[in-house]
Amino acid sequence: MAVGASLTIEIVSPERVLYSGEANQVITRTAGGGEIAFLAGHAPFLGSLVENHTRVYLVDGSVQDIAVHGGFVQVNGSTVTILSDNAELAAEIDITRAQRARERAEETLRQGHDAEAEAALRRAQARLTAAGHTGIAAH
Amino acid sequence: MAGGQERILRGRIRSVQATKKITRAMELIAASRIVKAQQRVQAAVPYSEQITAVVRDLAAAGASRDTPFLAGRSEVKTTCYVAVTADRGLCGGYNTGVLRAVEGEVKADVLAGKNYIVVPVGRKAESYLRFRDYKLGEGFAGFSDSPAHADAIAIGQYVVDLFVSGAVDKVELVYTRFISAGSQEVVLRPLVPLDTEAVTAGGQEGVSADYEYEPDPTTILNHLLPRYVEARIYAALLNAAASEHAFRQRAMKSATDNAEELIKNLSRIMNRARQDSITTEIMEIVGGAEALSSGDKDETARLIELALEDNLTSGRI
Repeated sequence: MAVGASLTIEIVSPERVLYSGEANQVITRTAGGGEIAFLAGHAPFLGSLVENHTRVYLVDGSVQDIAVHGGFVQVNGSTVTILSDNAELAAEIDITRAQRARERAEETLRQGHDAEAEAALRRAQARLTAAGHTGIAAH
Repeated sequence: MAGGQERILRGRIRSVQATKKITRAMELIAASRIVKAQQRVQAAVPYSEQITAVVRDLAAAGASRDTPFLAGRSEVKTTCYVAVTADRGLCGGYNTGVLRAVEGEVKADVLAGKNYIVVPVGRKAESYLRFRDYKLGEGFAGFSDSPAHADAIAIGQYVVDLFVSGAVDKVELVYTRFISAGSQEVVLRPLVPLDTEAVTAGGQEGVSADYEYEPDPTTILNHLLPRYVEARIYAALLNAAASEHAFRQRAMKSATDNAEELIKNLSRIMNRARQDSITTEIMEIVGGAEALSSGDKDETARLIELALEDNLTSGRI
């Protein structure tokens, strides 16, 4: 593999291209497969994603954190494309709102199984980790 | 008296002028929204291109084509039409174009002994079709100006449910495609089952076979197809919104031009009526003076002067 080869990363939502940039590494989480990292020269890959905290290691050394709420990832040559109905950059995340959403979802789940609340909890979790908050709720 | 007619005309001119102001404002608003709507159409292109590419790769890689989404049903008994119109009128032939196309398709289906159901999107479609007693599904309205992706998801879920449950065997999308600000066309596009030719066309076979999948291709495809349907609906809604604004702009422009023409004609008629009434009045005064001329000459001249002065100060001449 060529030294210094980089990946072009694009995060595309139905309404717009949310983010695009040059990266050395991209880490995301596929359904059933756990976390997966892509480096330049990765074999062509197609996967379906769960709610997760996607990390993009940019060529300039910084890390772009993104909360991706499901979708698909396609790797082709040196291009990584994430298709997601809903994704948020770390800077856009409203932490207090995500915390409230998590508490609400946990409350609902204590009273019984609820697929919607579970999804809400996963979304809130993805938001909070992407925004740099640990799993412990601040009270 | 002639003055009465003049007053009526003045009132009409004023009302046409007020209408013209409104149509001009609507024209300008529509014109500015076309640009925004066009940008949204453009912004949605990357996603729909990517998702089409992914579906194509999956289909080429041998993901199960048995899913009715791709294969379709052997016998089409019921067709569902999604008619995309505006929530409001005052946009020329925009709504009628779509509704006429839907009616044509429905009539052809009825003649062929098939069933149909229409899903009206936009208030105009719903009221028009309900009044004419067509078989309607759930209606979606309130967003024709600037549709959000959530609206597309709602419609997508509804039609996918209809299809999966077997209530319909085919879903067609009827909307107005935005080609440019000057030209739009009503199109009928198959939505479900997917147009396999459109999906597979243009794909470089062979390259896609090397993909790794996580989880397996069939599972991904089953997740992906509803998203694909939603993306198609979203693109259609955005196109329809841009077309609606273009139609409205054109309709309001011709309404404004028409109002200008009307005002010109009405003022001409009004001016003539005013001139007529002034002439008549002068004739009356002169006639009256003539009748008095047997008496004091100076007195008559004074009366005429007085009458004319009266008219002048009240601004009638």
